[in-house]
Amino acid sequence: MIELNQFLILSALLFAIGVIGIFLNRKNVIIILMSIEIILLSVNLNLIAFSYFLNDLTGQIFSLFVLTVAAAEAAIGLAILVIYNRNAGSIEIEKINALKG
Amino acid sequence: MAHSIILLPLIGFLISCSLSFFKSNKFIDRAAEIITSLFITITAIFSFYIFIDNIGDPSIVSIKLFNWISSGSFNADWSIYLDTATRVMLVVITSVSALVHIYSIGYMSHDDSKPRFMGYLSLFTFAMLMLVTADNFLQLFFGWEGVGLASYLLIGFWYKKPTANAAAIKAFIVNRIGDFGLALGIFTIFIVFGSIEYQTVFSNVSSFKNVNFNFLGIELHALTLICIFLFIGAMGKSAQLFLHTWLPDAMEGPTPVSALIHAATMVTAGVFLVVRCSPLFDLAPVALDFVVLIGASTAFFAATVGLVQNDIKRVIAYSTCSQLGYMFVAAGLGAYGAAMFHLFTHAFFKALLFLGAGSVIHAVHEEQDIRKMGGISNFVPITQLMMIIGTISLMGFPFTSGYYSKDAIIETAYLSNSNFADYAYILLTVGVVMTSFYSWRLMFLVFNGKTRMAEEDLSKVHESSSVMLIPLIILAIGALFFGFLFKSYFIGYYSDVFWNGSIVVHHEDHHSIPLLIYYLPAILGIVGFIIAWFMYIRKSDMAKNIAELNKPLYNFLLNKWYFDELYNSIFVKPAMAIGQIFWKFIDGLIIDGYGPNGIAALVSRISIKAKQVQSGFIYHYAFAILIGLSFIITFIIFRF
Repeated sequence: MIELNQFLILSALLFAIGVIGIFLNRKNVIIILMSIEIILLSVNLNLIAFSYFLNDLTGQIFSLFVLTVAAAEAAIGLAILVIYNRNAGSIEIEKINALKG
Repeated sequence: MAHSIILLPLIGFLISCSLSFFKSNKFIDRAAEIITSLFITITAIFSFYIFIDNIGDPSIVSIKLFNWISSGSFNADWSIYLDTATRVMLVVITSVSALVHIYSIGYMSHDDSKPRFMGYLSLFTFAMLMLVTADNFLQLFFGWEGVGLASYLLIGFWYKKPTANAAAIKAFIVNRIGDFGLALGIFTIFIVFGSIEYQTVFSNVSSFKNVNFNFLGIELHALTLICIFLFIGAMGKSAQLFLHTWLPDAMEGPTPVSALIHAATMVTAGVFLVVRCSPLFDLAPVALDFVVLIGASTAFFAATVGLVQNDIKRVIAYSTCSQLGYMFVAAGLGAYGAAMFHLFTHAFFKALLFLGAGSVIHAVHEEQDIRKMGGISNFVPITQLMMIIGTISLMGFPFTSGYYSKDAIIETAYLSNSNFADYAYILLTVGVVMTSFYSWRLMFLVFNGKTRMAEEDLSKVHESSSVMLIPLIILAIGALFFGFLFKSYFIGYYSDVFWNGSIVVHHEDHHSIPLLIYYLPAILGIVGFIIAWFMYIRKSDMAKNIAELNKPLYNFLLNKWYFDELYNSIFVKPAMAIGQIFWKFIDGLIIDGYGPNGIAALVSRISIKAKQVQSGFIYHYAFAILIGLSFIITFIIFRF
């Protein structure tokens, strides 16, 4: 039987991978989007694991919402990315610094 | 009637100065001139009426207008206090002021801010009337400062001229020194007497005869201290030695102003103050000695400087300074009546001389240097006649006004037993020769001899209009006959009744004077005239030769005994140096350096550093968010 702890550890690992993926990645924006997806999925895993072990359906239903949001976010993010690529000619993170003070 | 004497000049000032806000046109100018002149003329007529009406049977009228300050035992009212001293001053002020107002219509006819000028003149008259009609020292101080302000405004009337501005500021600052003394005097009076009202102070003065006062840790005779403080105030206003430097410079103002303020009225306020406080001064012999010393020294000093000045107005200004010295000598010797008498006659002949000088300046196209005049007597006969009348009155020619008043002062000096009476007598007698000499030198250089003007300028010399000449004629009447008319009231047989206790009157036996001493001033005056005639008419190059021979002395006198240079190096330059230190080092380097500028520089340095955080890279922001989030969560977890 897999225990709750193991789920949580896996989820934490996934979360850490996602976070590190965001700020260690110097290549391109798509990887950031993917990292965000990984973070969201790790949260989902947490929700489902708790839902299962605590016998409470709310968590599973909530995870469906998270998936919906993630899908929407991916759609919008990719759309922005396409437009940005069209305008700037690149989606390399090193070159995206228009916010520089 | 008394109310309208005070209020009409004020109303004239308000109307005229409101008119000056409108764009100047012929109608507004004329309205301002007529309103102010008319009001002052009415005031003058009222003053004369009050003066004449009370001459045989003077009463003291005290009208309380309303309360000004009432705090604890301190009380000061706005009031009109009329006694003989005030009535004399009223006549002097309003009559000269009225004539100067009328004269200004002609003199300022080419000026483009006439309403402002007329308004200031009325403001001055109002302040001067407040000064003399006060029944307490605070209202006197109000008037005192008011005339100072009006003097400042009028000296700097042509504010586009840098020299006029500098002269105005100088007058104001030098007067501040005197005013500080006056203020200290009034404070001391309040501390000693517990009141600043004339009647309370003067009627109780004998019970404070032996009171001491602790000033800066030194026990001093209270009355002496008060009187010296008051006299320092008088020295500032009346341009006595050491505080005289502003008066010659004040000649930068328009000539009617010089006549009204810097000859006839304002500068005599100091004499009036001393005379008004005669009950105090009479019990402070040390202060009286000081007054004599300063007065006699001023009379001599100013006369010597007047000998060599080349500016027509400056010569007369130094003459004023000198004559004020005569008045102070009289006051210091206890002859307060003689001081007031000389003040009274001097106002007329000195205003006459100044207005005459204005008429000359007008005639020779704003030229003031007497070396560039000469030989214009045929072009300006009436002006010349009037100035001759003023001059003979000033030199004390027998039976003119100046003769009676100046003689009285010199005789007093001869008879007095005061410590400095001999000193004063010698200086004043020498002063008579010099007075006569510089006055006639001025007359000869301006009117007689060969002209030193350019040909085309000379042909344009013209007599002034009648609006300027009529005031001269009226003043000439005063300069000739007022001495004879009022002698017996001011200093003679009726003086006890005339003054009626408003000033202290001492009686001296004038019959014990040797005949030579009696006629000496008149003789010396004529000697001065002859010397001047000899040097400037008979042998016109003699003056130049004497100046050449005595070059150091000549330069010493020409540079006014180097008083300006002395003050420059003692006061002005150190003050400038201290100012430089405070400005450049303390203010600029320390306060600004660490204060506003320092903080501003710090902010900009920090912001340069802080700006580097804003890299624009998303992963930096994400990292910051993460760290921040972790901190917040950790904080929340460990807090609860």
